[in-house]
Amino acid sequence: MTVQPAMPKCWRVETKPHKFCPGCGHGLVLKALGQAIDELGIQDKVVFGCDIGCSLLSWDFFNVDTIQTHHGRTNPVVTGIKRANPDVICVAYMGDGGGYAIGSQHLVSSATRNERITAILVNNTQYGMTGGQMAPTTMPGQKTETSPYGRDADTTGSPTQGPEMVAAIAPEGAYVARGSVANMKQLKNYIKKALENQMAGNGFSFVEALSLCPTNWRTNAKDTWKFLEEDMYKYFKVGELKVPGPREKEGQ
Amino acid sequence: MPEKPIQGEKRMFVTGNEVVAWAALAAGAEIMYGYPITPQNEIMHYWTRMIPKYGRRFLQTEDELSAGFTTVGGVLAGRRAFTATAGPGNTLMQEPISMAEAMRLPIVVVVQQRGGPSTATVIYSQQEVTLTTLGGNGEGLRVVYSTATHQELFDYTIKSFNTAWKYRFPTFVLGDGYQAKMRESLMFYDPAERGIEMVPTDAYVGRPGMPGVDRAPTHMRNTYNMEEELYDVLQGYLADFAKAAPEIAEHEAFDTEDADLVIISHGVVSRACKMAVRELREQGYKVGYFRPITLRPMPEKAMREMAGKAKQLLVVESAQGQLDRLVKEVIYGSTAEMLSLFKPGVGVTSEEVITRVKEIKG
Repeated sequence: MTVQPAMPKCWRVETKPHKFCPGCGHGLVLKALGQAIDELGIQDKVVFGCDIGCSLLSWDFFNVDTIQTHHGRTNPVVTGIKRANPDVICVAYMGDGGGYAIGSQHLVSSATRNERITAILVNNTQYGMTGGQMAPTTMPGQKTETSPYGRDADTTGSPTQGPEMVAAIAPEGAYVARGSVANMKQLKNYIKKALENQMAGNGFSFVEALSLCPTNWRTNAKDTWKFLEEDMYKYFKVGELKVPGPREKEGQ
Repeated sequence: MPEKPIQGEKRMFVTGNEVVAWAALAAGAEIMYGYPITPQNEIMHYWTRMIPKYGRRFLQTEDELSAGFTTVGGVLAGRRAFTATAGPGNTLMQEPISMAEAMRLPIVVVVQQRGGPSTATVIYSQQEVTLTTLGGNGEGLRVVYSTATHQELFDYTIKSFNTAWKYRFPTFVLGDGYQAKMRESLMFYDPAERGIEMVPTDAYVGRPGMPGVDRAPTHMRNTYNMEEELYDVLQGYLADFAKAAPEIAEHEAFDTEDADLVIISHGVVSRACKMAVRELREQGYKVGYFRPITLRPMPEKAMREMAGKAKQLLVVESAQGQLDRLVKEVIYGSTAEMLSLFKPGVGVTSEEVITRVKEIKG
């Protein structure tokens, strides 16, 4: 007898199976988020905003109130909701293009204002929905549709270190972490702590989730995981970067 | 419970930006989101000074994209939310407004027009008519009130919240730098005491109950998979807009019945035109005055009737034909001769209008 792994309770069964490509990491990130929502018992309090890009496919993913916004504009939309109704728990869900390129000013400003929202950014090193163009997170030498000979760091820059940037600019009270779909328990815990941080009213919370895109990476199952755990881990360090609480003084 | 911002009626002598802030307070606006740009800044200045007393909120955002999208968020949370902008800010604001059109969100935007294109002047123009009525990558499903006096700024700021929440189309108060900055006498009032009932608001997200159990979850999107899916949604929206248009459309006119030439203008320019028509009448010229108050939707019936009678139509505006294009679309088929006095980015005086009419009449 095979036992089906349980879906998070807050997932919307009617819209499953989901619409992401086979092997996509979004389903895993949304599973971790779903588990965190279930464990915290906040399904009736969450307002979920999704960006444009592959993340737009999550607009009917959960049995929670959901708003599909514009490319890069999810942070301001959920900020507007939270400012107008502080009783809800706001999640902004976006990709690396939405968060680090077209919406970077919103990410920076949400972080510096310590908005009481939780941003979850899925990093798969390129623009998935539009067909695999170079993103701020594309790694040096990585081939994409707009860097067909490999990303040249000299002329196009190096991968954005998102959580590092947010941790550097966010005031005390912010929570910042980078997880990976290769470690689901840890990713779920990071997302849960990020939500708890918002619920406690501490400040901005931000989790980057390293994810998978076999469609645009053109990788088989084995190479997909290799791409994440060998190539991406070289540039993107998994772990917590900022945790609220009294900071130990340097040098002590 | 904080006291009402305005009790009874109060004669005031203030700037237009101050009028807008007071009117939004009086209308029960709960939150403003904004980004600094001249000439609308003092709306934020007055709002932020007054709100602690009345329990309202403000957020200064990082740009107009954010100001527009946070306003969208405020409305989604069920609040009377508004923002104010001008010029290049209005350009950026079109992106969030297109989301509001796509989701029928009742945001209110006050525009104090400045010179264009680009940064141009911080002073005045009527060059944001095309952008405000038809901006965004869509069909212009919005309401635009063009005000001419401080009293109208007050009246229509209040009204814009009701129009927005009744019909669920983004709604604009289109002012300009002159109206923003000049002082003028007007009457402040509490809408309730004038019998104006504020249309109640309701939340799109965060309503009581467990989504998927006690109630359906709110799932709002602006992306569609199929052409036909989008087409069907838009047909519904367009039908709603067409049905609402005659109820929303407003205009002001006089002396058009026997006029050979009717002067068409909007906003602050209509004050010069009004004065010109009165003086020209005294001098025996058969001229009339027509002013659309709503630029979107246009007062089509009244304008077509007027154009059917007049021999000549003189469009006067502080832009190079932005109102003119809207008028021509409405009166298509009319045989009236189209004449113009266009002064893009520059104010128009009654003397200039009179001179132009005399030039036409020889």
